[in-house]
Amino acid sequence: MSIGIEGVNKNFGAFAALSNVNLQVPSGELVALLGPSGSGKTSLLRIIAGLEMPDSGRILFDGEDATRRQVQERKVGFVFQHYALFRHMTVFDNIAFGLTVKPKKSRPAKEEIRDKVYTLLKLIQLEQLSDRYPGQLSGGQRQRVALARALAVEPQLLLLDEPFGALDARVRLELRRWLRRLHDEIHVTSVFVTHDQEEALEVADRIVVMNQGRIEQQGTPSEVYDRPATPFVYDFLGNVNLFQGRVHEGTAPQGGMEHSSPEHTTTSDCPAVGYVRTHDIEIERLPLDPSSIEAEVRYILAVGLLVRVNLALAGGDGAVEVDLSREVAGRLKLSVGDKVFARPRQVRVFTDDYQI
Amino acid sequence: MISDKNGKHNGSKVSEPAWVRYLLLAAALGFLALFLLLPLAALFAQALDKGWEAYLAALHEPDTLSAIGLTLLTAGLCVPINLFFGMVAAWAIAKFSFPGKSLLITLIDLPFSVSPVVSGLIYVLIFGLQGWLGPWLQDRDIHIIFAVPGIVLATVFVTCPFVARELIPLMESQGRDEEEAALTLGASGLQTFFRVTFPNIKWGVLYGVILCNARAMGEFGAVSVVSGHVRGSTNTIPLQVEILYNEYNYQAAFAVASLLALLALVTLALKTVAEWKIQQDRSVTENER
Repeated sequence: MSIGIEGVNKNFGAFAALSNVNLQVPSGELVALLGPSGSGKTSLLRIIAGLEMPDSGRILFDGEDATRRQVQERKVGFVFQHYALFRHMTVFDNIAFGLTVKPKKSRPAKEEIRDKVYTLLKLIQLEQLSDRYPGQLSGGQRQRVALARALAVEPQLLLLDEPFGALDARVRLELRRWLRRLHDEIHVTSVFVTHDQEEALEVADRIVVMNQGRIEQQGTPSEVYDRPATPFVYDFLGNVNLFQGRVHEGTAPQGGMEHSSPEHTTTSDCPAVGYVRTHDIEIERLPLDPSSIEAEVRYILAVGLLVRVNLALAGGDGAVEVDLSREVAGRLKLSVGDKVFARPRQVRVFTDDYQI
Repeated sequence: MISDKNGKHNGSKVSEPAWVRYLLLAAALGFLALFLLLPLAALFAQALDKGWEAYLAALHEPDTLSAIGLTLLTAGLCVPINLFFGMVAAWAIAKFSFPGKSLLITLIDLPFSVSPVVSGLIYVLIFGLQGWLGPWLQDRDIHIIFAVPGIVLATVFVTCPFVARELIPLMESQGRDEEEAALTLGASGLQTFFRVTFPNIKWGVLYGVILCNARAMGEFGAVSVVSGHVRGSTNTIPLQVEILYNEYNYQAAFAVASLLALLALVTLALKTVAEWKIQQDRSVTENER
């Protein structure tokens, strides 16, 4: 089922949770709503589910207006951050719930329900735990039960609110890969909310970046990561260095460097900020070309695959973070206090009328 | 509760020497024995002073039987009324936000802060002969004050906070997630209540009902004002005890009072079980978060 969101607004008192949000989710896609807390992503998800009503705007399911439809009629599967399992019911009864509350004429027979529940238990690999209560399960197991419970009613739409937010890092990683595989199998249109960029980049077909109740950018993971449309997206996805300066007729001198900014050829002398990803900076012992700037190594931190180097720019113009691969770091043999030259490979300049 | 386990565990770290701890313990237990156990023992001793047969005879006296019946009737009406009101109010307060919510919470607490005598007088002022509705009611020969309806009304007023007060924090701590999950799975409002909400609060409901019942049966002040003390007709157990006592019929007074004491003991036992069950449910909730 495809979802259309047209001009949705939602206020909680004086707080604008969503301002004029427009979004299309094609059928069968797995979409991530990504943003910091308070960006409106959960409100949007709850409005799609029918758990909240928009103040204005429309929700379309397969092109049909569903704005006034009751939660029960929307046929959505909703997975909550804190699982929301029925604590006094066994795993089996939790999963069967959606089937047992159906009106008598459309309710499947007992055996049918049992078969269905066991099929789902197999899918989530918890067949042997069907008699347990939620309190006896681990976080990851509970979230899988919650997912099976949502899937039992064969929803047209699967909505997940920070589904892995309450789990520890390892389980989170495992479960999100499992979700991706599951989606590849059943192809139900899915929307999930997350504040974790890594999770969104890894799992989603498409990412919708939200901030302060608005959509900042939407696109495939590589689109939003490689070509951020706004300073906010640059800042929120991945690590970035900011250079304050000005832009004038296509060139931007900033922090002792000068980069070209083809978007701003007609701008004359305007305050601007240059954005450079931490892995888009090269470090050399000798200056390679005029865009290199002198710097001093302040500290070095080896984090997993990468080595993070913090540089103090010559002239006291602030600090820069650089991520080097282990290989390059090994070749440079840096140590604290070394004089080096840094050169940004790729800079994106935004004038100051963009605000984070 | 005094926990041996904790005591032993902390024994080496606690700065007070052993004799101080034993002294405190002895003082606490001595106080309990003197002010709680001794009177209770005295009550039963007095009640059985003239033997088992006299005890039973005192309870079989027609006026006493009528008082027992009236008390059961009052509690039987009050508890369901306040159970319904308490659940509705707690549901509204815990699961929704609406204007006037804090006012409603304050109003629910009102009977706790008002003296029972005042609670009774309110009804005399409304329904009594000199009250607002008195003449109108008299014209139609409807008796509320100095009759059973007044006793029930006053008792409902006094006992109304018990169920709501118990359920509000319980339901607030459980949040709305489970109900919302039930709704997205297609359950109707009633199905959600009976299959999801109620099972989660049933021990809290029982706890509230027990306290509500104990108070409904034991209420003296408010009922005393509206009852008129008509023997065999508008006397509840506590009022009957007072009358017997004032007539120097100590043995009978204590025999009837022993019923209230037994009620207290049963209440205490049930309350402990309910508390324990609520605690269990709570720890499951915390476990899930």
